[in-house]
Amino acid sequence: MRALDLKLFRDLWAMRGQVLAIAAVIMGGVATLVMSLSTYDSLVITRDRFYRDYRFADAFVNLKRAPESVAARLAAIPGVERVETRVRAGVKLEVAGFTDPITGLLFSLPDGTEPLLNTLHFKRGRWVQPDNADEVVVSDTFADAHRLNPGDQLTAIINGKRKPLTIVGVAVSPEYVYQIAPGSMFPDFKRYGVLWMGRNALGAAYGMQGAFNNATLSLTPGTPVQDVIDHIDALLGTYGGTGAYARKNQFSNRFISEELNQLQIMATIFPTIFLGVAAFLLNVVVGRLVALQREQIAILKAFGYSGTAIGWHYVKLVMLVVLLGVAGGVALGAWFGQGLSNVYMETTFRFPYLDYRLEARVMLIALAVSAVAALSGTLFAVHRAIRLPPAEGMRAETPMIYRATVFERIGLQRWLAQPSRMILRHIERRPVKSLLTVFGIACACGLMMVGNYQKGAIDFMVDVQFRQASREDLAVTFIEPTSSRALHELQALPGIRHVEGFRDVPAILRFQHYSYRSAVYGIQPAGELHRSLNAALKPIRVPPDGVVLTDHLAREILHVKPGDMLTVEILEGNRPVRQVPVLGITQQYLGVSAYMQQDSLNALLREGNVVSGAYLGLDPGTESAVYAELHERPRVLGMIANAAAVRSFYDTIGEFVLFYNMVATLLAGSIGFGVVYNSARLALSERGRELASLRVLGFTHGEIAYILLGELALLTLIAIPLGFLVGVGLCGILVLAFKNDLYRLPLIIEPSNYALGATVVVVSALVSGLLVWHRLGRLDLVAVLKTRE
Amino acid sequence: MDEASGCAAGAVPAASDRVQEPAAAAGRVFSARGLTKVYRMGELEVRALRGIDLELAAGELVVLLGPSGSGKSTLLNILGGLDAPTSGEVWYLDHKLTGATEDDLTRFRREHVGFVFQFYNLIPSLTARENVAAVTEIAESPMRPEEALAMVGLGERLDHFPAQLSGGEQQRVAIARAIAKNPAVLLCDEPTGALDSQTGVVVLEALEKVNQTLGTLTVLITHNAGIAAMANRVIRLSDGHIVDIRANATRKAARELSW
Repeated sequence: MRALDLKLFRDLWAMRGQVLAIAAVIMGGVATLVMSLSTYDSLVITRDRFYRDYRFADAFVNLKRAPESVAARLAAIPGVERVETRVRAGVKLEVAGFTDPITGLLFSLPDGTEPLLNTLHFKRGRWVQPDNADEVVVSDTFADAHRLNPGDQLTAIINGKRKPLTIVGVAVSPEYVYQIAPGSMFPDFKRYGVLWMGRNALGAAYGMQGAFNNATLSLTPGTPVQDVIDHIDALLGTYGGTGAYARKNQFSNRFISEELNQLQIMATIFPTIFLGVAAFLLNVVVGRLVALQREQIAILKAFGYSGTAIGWHYVKLVMLVVLLGVAGGVALGAWFGQGLSNVYMETTFRFPYLDYRLEARVMLIALAVSAVAALSGTLFAVHRAIRLPPAEGMRAETPMIYRATVFERIGLQRWLAQPSRMILRHIERRPVKSLLTVFGIACACGLMMVGNYQKGAIDFMVDVQFRQASREDLAVTFIEPTSSRALHELQALPGIRHVEGFRDVPAILRFQHYSYRSAVYGIQPAGELHRSLNAALKPIRVPPDGVVLTDHLAREILHVKPGDMLTVEILEGNRPVRQVPVLGITQQYLGVSAYMQQDSLNALLREGNVVSGAYLGLDPGTESAVYAELHERPRVLGMIANAAAVRSFYDTIGEFVLFYNMVATLLAGSIGFGVVYNSARLALSERGRELASLRVLGFTHGEIAYILLGELALLTLIAIPLGFLVGVGLCGILVLAFKNDLYRLPLIIEPSNYALGATVVVVSALVSGLLVWHRLGRLDLVAVLKTRE
Repeated sequence: MDEASGCAAGAVPAASDRVQEPAAAAGRVFSARGLTKVYRMGELEVRALRGIDLELAAGELVVLLGPSGSGKSTLLNILGGLDAPTSGEVWYLDHKLTGATEDDLTRFRREHVGFVFQFYNLIPSLTARENVAAVTEIAESPMRPEEALAMVGLGERLDHFPAQLSGGEQQRVAIARAIAKNPAVLLCDEPTGALDSQTGVVVLEALEKVNQTLGTLTVLITHNAGIAAMANRVIRLSDGHIVDIRANATRKAARELSW
């Protein structure tokens, strides 16, 4: 090994504490980058492979009923490759030993062959036999939640008739990677399931022999999907088609896309912070090293080493730190990535398998980004080493010029003892460095807050959704729109305290060239259970003869404001198209909707007092009895119990929250420690002689520690409120970045989250302080008597 | 070797414990008996002091003279409570320094010793006045910083930072800082080592004045024999031994010195 390289390793070894602290910060950045990108890659690869192998359709449509012969006309639409017609039936389910209401969606499977599209991946068991009408395949989430296996029994209530079924298979479908009941806010694997039966058996049970009410299509590559959708809608209008939609709007697929989008955002924001901080730390540490090694550099140059050779020497030093950080970061990131992928698989996405991939590309990106950040941070210091003329290097550096601080110039110095003045002047002497140190510490606080932000935001969303807006205990949907007399019947049932009818109808909302496929909800204008909220989250009265839109839908999707006329294309019955004025905006965090008064919607549809379902308020303790009663009513199709949905949601996200908390704590801790420890070590290196002199003059260990650590404590204290701002800012970025029609995160940060952010900062400062305190005990007092710095 | 080695012998009575020294004599400030100091540098043993016996009296100006490596700095460090001998005893008045704890040695330096360094070691972020105040703030009955600075002829440059002062001025600030607490002992390690002779004389004049007006025992290390003429006594060291101790019959004033 060459002498200069030996020096490199010895220098690194001598400052190993700082090297490790900086490497830890780089590691944090690389770990988030690798975690996000590798999970992104893995999910994309898995999704694409699953979609391809299991022939996920390109377009989807539901309709009321069409004879099977219409299938050929669908197939004849230009660009259509394959068509599969299905019977799709909303059902109620009964599983032995489980009393809560369970809703299900039952699809037909072609008899005797595999489905052409959206075929199933079997986890256990087999396809149904065409001649066994009671066989059923169930989705794996549902099966797992109830511990069901092939051979087990369950009962479906199809069209009001009880049908005992035998499970023969447990499977995963590309259509339901993300499973959520229609109208529900959160996935609930126990109370919602997707099932598959033979076409003949389901047709017979559901009254759909020789007919279909659902079709999926695949297109030849390059076909514009919107053209095909227009064709389908024109064709199926008379069969009660509710509007075809493309794969990109398919709910499960949409949700996966949004999640992938989040991962990409994470892969950008967080590594930027970490690597920025690492660049700053390298800047100060290498800057100090070059200053300390002035004489060595001068001597090397005097011996004939070129400026480039010296520069390269320090670049290599920086790159070794980067390599250390990247290596650790890739390992940690792969571990995090596998963890995150597993959490996704267990809680959210049901892919049949997950290919965890850590591509070489991701590692190279991590290396390149870290190297660029680190080198740009140290460019100045390295340049100084290259430019230093040997003769100048051999002279001592001119002492630092200090002056009285602003604080003192305004006359406050008499309150300050000399050590305190030293602290203030030292901070003011290097304002940029002090500011960046404060900012670096603030980042630790901010990151911690981001990591814990989700939990608070979700709590808030749940509170708004279930305690302010949807306050019903149970939402019941009828098999089809029904006279409101049915509400009286419900009201008469024991245990039901309050009933509010609603009418909902699928519709396409259009304004200028913007459109959105959704539903219009007719609710009670001053409902007690189901309410619309204004921006201040106070309930508002839905005005008559117009529509109130969720703010996201109005502003971001349709670009309408109150007073504009909205075109509402109803996707039911004879599909009327109406002009409706926008009368107001409502705040909502989950989903987007259009609300009207029920009467106004009935009038719009030119129908009488008709409801599609009801929101129920129950007397406490009567839930099971009411479920059982409603379960028996053939006209009641589905029931969603809010409390149960919230509970199961929290069970699901618990793992996510835990995972993110762990990652955030590790990362925020590493950045906090990295910044504070490096500042402390740097200060010690710069001021060790000064402090040792004071020790000789009779200052105690505690008194000199005050001078050094007091500065850090002051910077840390300033950093905490700034950290709160950084935290709020970062959460704000997330709020903006993650805004979509499925959900919007509220910018709500709980007091406990501020406390956590501050705690991480204080703990890392204390640990760093302790390490430096220890070093102060080992100052060489004898050496300072004799040596020049 | 650092002061931690002083702590290692913590069982010995601390400096603050009033133990009557067997041969206490009037006016004696320091007495050392059989001091040896062995540094271990890796495989190598360096014997810096090889048995020193010494007494220093109040008000004296003593010059420790010797080539580099003669042990004079080691001796000064031990007297100042910065280092501990390998064997032997050191007494300051009736306090035994050998075996004292680190805290006791810190208190000893704080209350009784003024240090002047070769490279001044001023705090760059404090002005001349504040450098002195840093010490007076922690002393029991100090003089005012302005008074101390006036005594070394710097009454006019109170609010200048070290970077705005010449080397000689900085060293005089350092002397003012050392004497401002009214120490019993002033220990100076090559105080003119970094200065040209003209400036050096000004610094020595300041030391001389302090010694005469305050009666502070002043111990001055130098390898410059020219300076020895201003001392009451000159102690020459070589290779860890005291070679001779000579009292100057007639002392030269610092102003008359040159080298």
